[in-house]
Amino acid sequence: MLIINCPLCGPRDHAEFTYIGDATKNRPKSDDISNDDAWYDYVYLRDNPKGLHEELWQHSFGCRCFVKVVRNTVTHQIIATGMPKEDLILDEKGFERSV
Amino acid sequence: MAKYSIFNIIRNAFNGDKSWARVWRDPEPKKSYDVIIIGAGGHGLASAFYLAKNHGIKNIAVLEKGYLGGGNTGRNTTIVRSNYMLDENAHFYEKSLQLWEQLSSELNYNVMFSQRGVLNLAHNDSQIDAITRRGNTMRLNGIDAELLDAKQIRKLMPYLDFSDDVRFPIKGGLLQRRGGTARHDAVAWGLARAADSLGVDIIQNCEVIGFEESGNKITTVKTSRGNFNCGKVGFAVAGNTGHLASLINLKLPIESHVLQAFVSEPLKPMIDHVVTFGAGHFYISQSDKGGLVFGGDIDMYNSYAQKGNLPLIEEVVTAGLAMIPSLSRLRITRHWGGVMDMSMDGSPIIGKSPIDNLYLNCGWCYGGFKATPGSGWVFAHTIANDEPHNLNKGLNLERFKKGRMVDERGAGPFPNRH
Repeated sequence: MLIINCPLCGPRDHAEFTYIGDATKNRPKSDDISNDDAWYDYVYLRDNPKGLHEELWQHSFGCRCFVKVVRNTVTHQIIATGMPKEDLILDEKGFERSV
Repeated sequence: MAKYSIFNIIRNAFNGDKSWARVWRDPEPKKSYDVIIIGAGGHGLASAFYLAKNHGIKNIAVLEKGYLGGGNTGRNTTIVRSNYMLDENAHFYEKSLQLWEQLSSELNYNVMFSQRGVLNLAHNDSQIDAITRRGNTMRLNGIDAELLDAKQIRKLMPYLDFSDDVRFPIKGGLLQRRGGTARHDAVAWGLARAADSLGVDIIQNCEVIGFEESGNKITTVKTSRGNFNCGKVGFAVAGNTGHLASLINLKLPIESHVLQAFVSEPLKPMIDHVVTFGAGHFYISQSDKGGLVFGGDIDMYNSYAQKGNLPLIEEVVTAGLAMIPSLSRLRITRHWGGVMDMSMDGSPIIGKSPIDNLYLNCGWCYGGFKATPGSGWVFAHTIANDEPHNLNKGLNLERFKKGRMVDERGAGPFPNRH
């Protein structure tokens, strides 16, 4: 079980959460239909990193908020969590959250 | 390379099995290759084999970061089928199934392909409608499909839950009799032996660490065992496609996810077919050693780890017990995880890439094993002719940009839902 530290509820089992996916994708403005490339990138393309991954989980069986999680995709270790709009700044050594 | 035959076996039986030759070479890598395939799993080896056999290309290397067949080829539930509905998938997987049917004799290596039948269960009226439609589409495409009612299924599979108060009653099922299982390791070994005998260099413990490019071409593949000049490059690395693509700044419509599979303690023959549950994600068959081989969903979050998590095990086993209650006292003896390259529409990407001499073979989601010979066959064609075969031209990378998804489930661009 992964333990996700929900910023509103505290540490909870990941079974309480629904995985949403990559947190780095920004939706293009909806009136910008001319820019197909931006939509292609947003809907389909993923960095899919081997290592640290910024991702969103929804606390479905808790506060129902979206939570941003920085997790290592090789070890599954969770490095930091916060609200979706927070910048989770990682230091060089220990990946501590320092916002 | 000595051909395997009954005479060989008899001769070795009398001399203490001393005259068996080494099955494939362990060559020192050359400086330069016409084609470099990255990944010595089933797909990579099959691609090299068909490149050499069908297209006469001899100077080929298959690079493997670990040991041959140590990735998803050795980490699946070995199911082979072609019960697809959409044209792009149906004809491709049917070709693959036809290649499976002759693979053992083509390779002179017993891959233990067993056409024991694959049955998908349906539990309500809408699922009956869905499998009827799929079965009819398959038959129109010339692929075998048979609709069974509950009575027929009960006769074939008395161990399924047919009790009166069951939560998900079995209403019927779609059977593809030509589907079945194969011995996964034997597939890797047989392909390696056959490719090697045609002069393909299989280079193990050789991890790709970068590329050198000039213009819009890859000129050099940099590895942990030195740099190789290359004519053409093919990726056949399943779950590691995203990582490899990031080394040349290529973004793909793929996420890597971990999928777990399980083997129970060995039993006397019980399950004669491959059976899949319709009310949850669960599929099961019985290996020749007697163990029940089964699996379910991926763990749902991005992962490059070949290990899974416990909540998913509980979910898979719950679905299994709902389908076959008598599994409840069985012990699981082994379980493992493999890294899936989940594509955005659930269908594979096999064809050209934005880089001139790079070819992609990825996005296999849950189903790469059954595609092994077909994937190698069309990938070899694509690499040799620099254009896709009719069978894989619909499975190109551009379909995402053009919005022409090949989405069997209609699940949308969410890789973990396919």
